Amino acid sequence: MPIKTFLKKMYFSNIIIGLLFSFSSFSLLANEESATHDSTQAHANVPATKEAESTKFDPGKLILHHIADEHEWHFFTVGHFHATLPLPCIVYTQSAGLQVFSSSNFKNEHHEEVPYNGLVLEHGKIHAENGEHVYDISITKNVASLLISAVLLLTIFIGIGKKYQDNPHRAPKGLQSMFEPIIIFVRDEIAKNNIGEKHYRRFMPYLLTIFFFIWFNNMLGLIPGGANVTGNIAVTLVLAIIAFIVTNFNGRSTYWTHIFAMPGVPKWMLIILTPVEIVGVFMKPFSLMVRLFANITAGHIILLSLVSLIFIFENAALGIAVVPFSLFMNVIELIVAFIQAFIFTMLVSNYIGSAVEEHHH
Amino acid sequence: MELITPDFGLIFWQLLVFGILFFLLAKFAWKPIIQSLAEREQSIDEAIKLSETTRAEMAALKAGNEQLIASARAERDVLIKQAKEASDAMIAQAKLDAQTAANQEIEKARVSFEQEKASAVAAIRKEAATLSLDLAEKVLKSQLKDKAAQEKLVTEWMADVKLS
Repeated sequence: MPIKTFLKKMYFSNIIIGLLFSFSSFSLLANEESATHDSTQAHANVPATKEAESTKFDPGKLILHHIADEHEWHFFTVGHFHATLPLPCIVYTQSAGLQVFSSSNFKNEHHEEVPYNGLVLEHGKIHAENGEHVYDISITKNVASLLISAVLLLTIFIGIGKKYQDNPHRAPKGLQSMFEPIIIFVRDEIAKNNIGEKHYRRFMPYLLTIFFFIWFNNMLGLIPGGANVTGNIAVTLVLAIIAFIVTNFNGRSTYWTHIFAMPGVPKWMLIILTPVEIVGVFMKPFSLMVRLFANITAGHIILLSLVSLIFIFENAALGIAVVPFSLFMNVIELIVAFIQAFIFTMLVSNYIGSAVEEHHH
Repeated sequence: MELITPDFGLIFWQLLVFGILFFLLAKFAWKPIIQSLAEREQSIDEAIKLSETTRAEMAALKAGNEQLIASARAERDVLIKQAKEASDAMIAQAKLDAQTAANQEIEKARVSFEQEKASAVAAIRKEAATLSLDLAEKVLKSQLKDKAAQEKLVTEWMADVKLS
């Protein structure tokens, strides 16, 4: 029964993704048209955005644009042809209510930003022209990537789960044998070591979910044209808040006495120690948030900077030096993708471990 | 900075997507995976334990068999030894019996031979006495035919008698 209902849900999520793409696919064509319109403008290799009318290449702007979120999925620009996938905008304002429309509405045929329905898209943010607050829950590039990763994770792991359910005592096969060592690694090296034999089982679903969520999104971010999901502060913020809730809601008396009245410490020391411990409670998830965000964003910045070198010096020969080096960095980033997932899960299980620890003095 | 300002929309979607993802994965993926991994490990553990106990039992059985064989062999040796001793004793006894029987026979034969011999000697002696008497009679008869000879003899005998 649960499998059937799940398949229905899977089907439903596929429909959502399908809608998401069909919603915006028509505008690829529209862009092509705009490219032909613009062909009167002669300079072929000049980026078509209005601020780039001077041929000066600005790597900082390019890099920040690539690591930031946007309302359309931009793949590449050749001359005046912009290969972008417009994404659905979902916007709520008090006066106009809920509005759903394609992000291509913010661009005119010359690929210039134009207001739509009293809304303007400025630097990747939607503002209302009349100045009221806009609640923007658009399917941005990061949200679309998030949904893709969710579908990927669900397809892979529910498929694997079904295999385990069908023949639990058999040796693993295929994808199952690829992920089984990693699952066992998370269980034995991360959960059991940090939380302890007694409590670890309870947290396994959560730990496995964050591990594979972070890892998959890190990897998806490394695909050229991919979104920078785990390098976005909002995503890591939510992950950190969840970690904070899980840790503190499982806190036992030992955990709280260690924070408010550290045993074995002179009473007057507590005046200093207790505030430090309380700050620590918030600092732990804060560090989780910043670490993941900074590591992944830094990786993207390095890769983009290396490639930008070619365009800064306007020298194709530099590619001979830059390409192997950026390939090397890319491989490093593949390792970082795994390591960051591992570290995040490790630290969360460490915090949980200290929260569920029993009195042993 | 725009880069470090969390976006409301993304927070909303991340919460929603992560929540749904966690719920679905926990229910349909992690639960069967963790459970069957634990089950498989347990069954492997049990199989190993079973094989170990079986091996120990086999070893014990083998040791028992060897002990049994050794004791049977020892018993056989004892039996053979006993039988040999018995047969040796019997042979010795038989030899001894035969010896005594033979000795008795020999003794008996010797005794009867002695008796035979004695009686034969007695018979010969008797025969010799009779013969010598007959001979003497004949000699006497022939010698004492004339008177003078008889007288001479008597005187000789008389002389002998006097002397003794």
